[in-house]
Amino acid sequence: MSSRSGLPAQAAVHAFSAFGIVAQTAATFAGLLLITFLIGRVLPIDPVLAAVGERASADVYEKVRVELGLNLPLHVQFWNYAVKVLHGDLGRSVLTANPVLTDIRRVFPATLELATLGTLIGVLLGVPIGVVAAARRGGFIDRVARVFALFGYSVPIFWLGLMGLLLFYARLGWVLGPGRIDVAYDEVVAPLTGALLVDSALRGEWEVFRNALGHIVLPAAVLGWLSLAYISRMTRSFLLAELGEEYVTTARVKGLSEWRVIVRHALRNALVPLVTVIALSYATLLEGSVLTETVFAWPGLGMYITNSLLSADMNAVLGGTLVVGCVFIGLNLLSDLVYRLVDPRVR
Amino acid sequence: MIEVENLRVRFGRGKGAVEAVRGLSFAVKERETFGLVGESGSGKSTVLRALCGLVRDFEGTIRVASEAQRRTRTDEFHRLVQMVFQDPFGSLHPRHTVDRILGEPIAIQRLGNADLRIARALFEVGLGPSFRFRYPHQLSGGQRQRVSIARALIVEPRILLLDEPTSALDVSVQAEILNLLMRLRRERALTTILVSHNLAVVGHLCDRLLVMNAGRAVEEMTAEDLRTGAPREEYTQALLRASEGYRRL
Repeated sequence: MSSRSGLPAQAAVHAFSAFGIVAQTAATFAGLLLITFLIGRVLPIDPVLAAVGERASADVYEKVRVELGLNLPLHVQFWNYAVKVLHGDLGRSVLTANPVLTDIRRVFPATLELATLGTLIGVLLGVPIGVVAAARRGGFIDRVARVFALFGYSVPIFWLGLMGLLLFYARLGWVLGPGRIDVAYDEVVAPLTGALLVDSALRGEWEVFRNALGHIVLPAAVLGWLSLAYISRMTRSFLLAELGEEYVTTARVKGLSEWRVIVRHALRNALVPLVTVIALSYATLLEGSVLTETVFAWPGLGMYITNSLLSADMNAVLGGTLVVGCVFIGLNLLSDLVYRLVDPRVR
Repeated sequence: MIEVENLRVRFGRGKGAVEAVRGLSFAVKERETFGLVGESGSGKSTVLRALCGLVRDFEGTIRVASEAQRRTRTDEFHRLVQMVFQDPFGSLHPRHTVDRILGEPIAIQRLGNADLRIARALFEVGLGPSFRFRYPHQLSGGQRQRVSIARALIVEPRILLLDEPTSALDVSVQAEILNLLMRLRRERALTTILVSHNLAVVGHLCDRLLVMNAGRAVEEMTAEDLRTGAPREEYTQALLRASEGYRRL
């Protein structure tokens, strides 16, 4: 009887939990909207002046101010801003004269591609390095991994990028130079996803693929090192905590080999908090690795926001900031869902 | 069945090294229940861990079923010897169901008939089939310890090592688990080593016991000697007095 009545109760708990997640996400998004709106009002940049220019007459200035709705009370301005954003209208960029959303659609795939490759490098190398460092705690590999991670943390990323270009591009010629692709291959492949590597592979344009790969490999490796440093240390730390648990001792007593104990028991539990770490690391790279994109002339979101800020193009800056915030919220939500999926204690 | 000669276990190196066990010797006969008693830090759990292979670096001789043990243990050893831990909350994998916890040793030992064995093991420790697909956090402390005992016995070992199996449980549950262990030991003709700081538990469950202090053997006696309050050594007498609890002055 209890098991029958338990099912609707369990469904109610799940529904309540799902509602909680949705409400939390909506509240965070509302907070993000408010912050981006206030940034636009607090910054000492006059959006009307940026639109009409310094030589415009007072009449023109006033007319544009009314057109932009800046004469309205602040709460009405916020309401109008929120409604526009929810309809996908982030305003028009002064710099490019395009709708901001169109610009972001153009530049974001470049950042997405770079950040994804950087995170892949970080995860594929960082997790195994962290595992070996934890399994051989205090040993040679652990010490080497610590120094390697310390370099990743402490060396400024722009310096690393410049040195990388100097060595691997200028001296050794192993990689291609700054930019996303050579001019000769620009717009050869019609965009499908916006990610050049994916699009060129899907279209079977292998020459374009090789060229894009030659350009992306160095900035991705630089970002990957940063990601690897963080992920490897966190993997080591989470795994050591799990290896100290008594259920791991039980697994050894069962007769499992040490590597099976580590991989099948301890690592799987350590991966639960690691999901959040990887998601946050990915979000950090996605927010537009401004310095990396600048050093490598990478036409991504970071460079777009930086150029817009330097030109006082506030619609573009706020639109870009909003997208970065949404990426954070989305990845947080995703990691929360994965957490609930893999850990029965928090379901 | 079990022979330990001049066992020494040291943790760490150099000046910071700690000698947890210092030249301990004892023997346990087949079907006998042997107790290791001592205060915290006396080295009794370390002896158990060295016996089942969790502490690999030891000096001296450990013989189980006439076979001298080295650093690593074979699958046959894990079939012969199993251990139940003190903490029922920590010793079960938090993301595995009872079914998976009990199924893993069967798979490691390639025993087959997993469904039947799991159902039987749960029945033997007094848990119904409804517990089979629950997670550890959905069980009480006593139920978890029953699952731990089922996990240890599912490969049908001849030797069971018990590391303070009731000390983390409520007093009412302790009696249930002790009675369960006594029944299983009798039914399965197990050779058992029980580590405890609780002399009442050891006197209730064991045939003989060894009192330890600071990694050394203080005194070996029968449970009858303990019950009649006839220990020779002053340390054992103090331990016995302490276990009687507080007295109002």
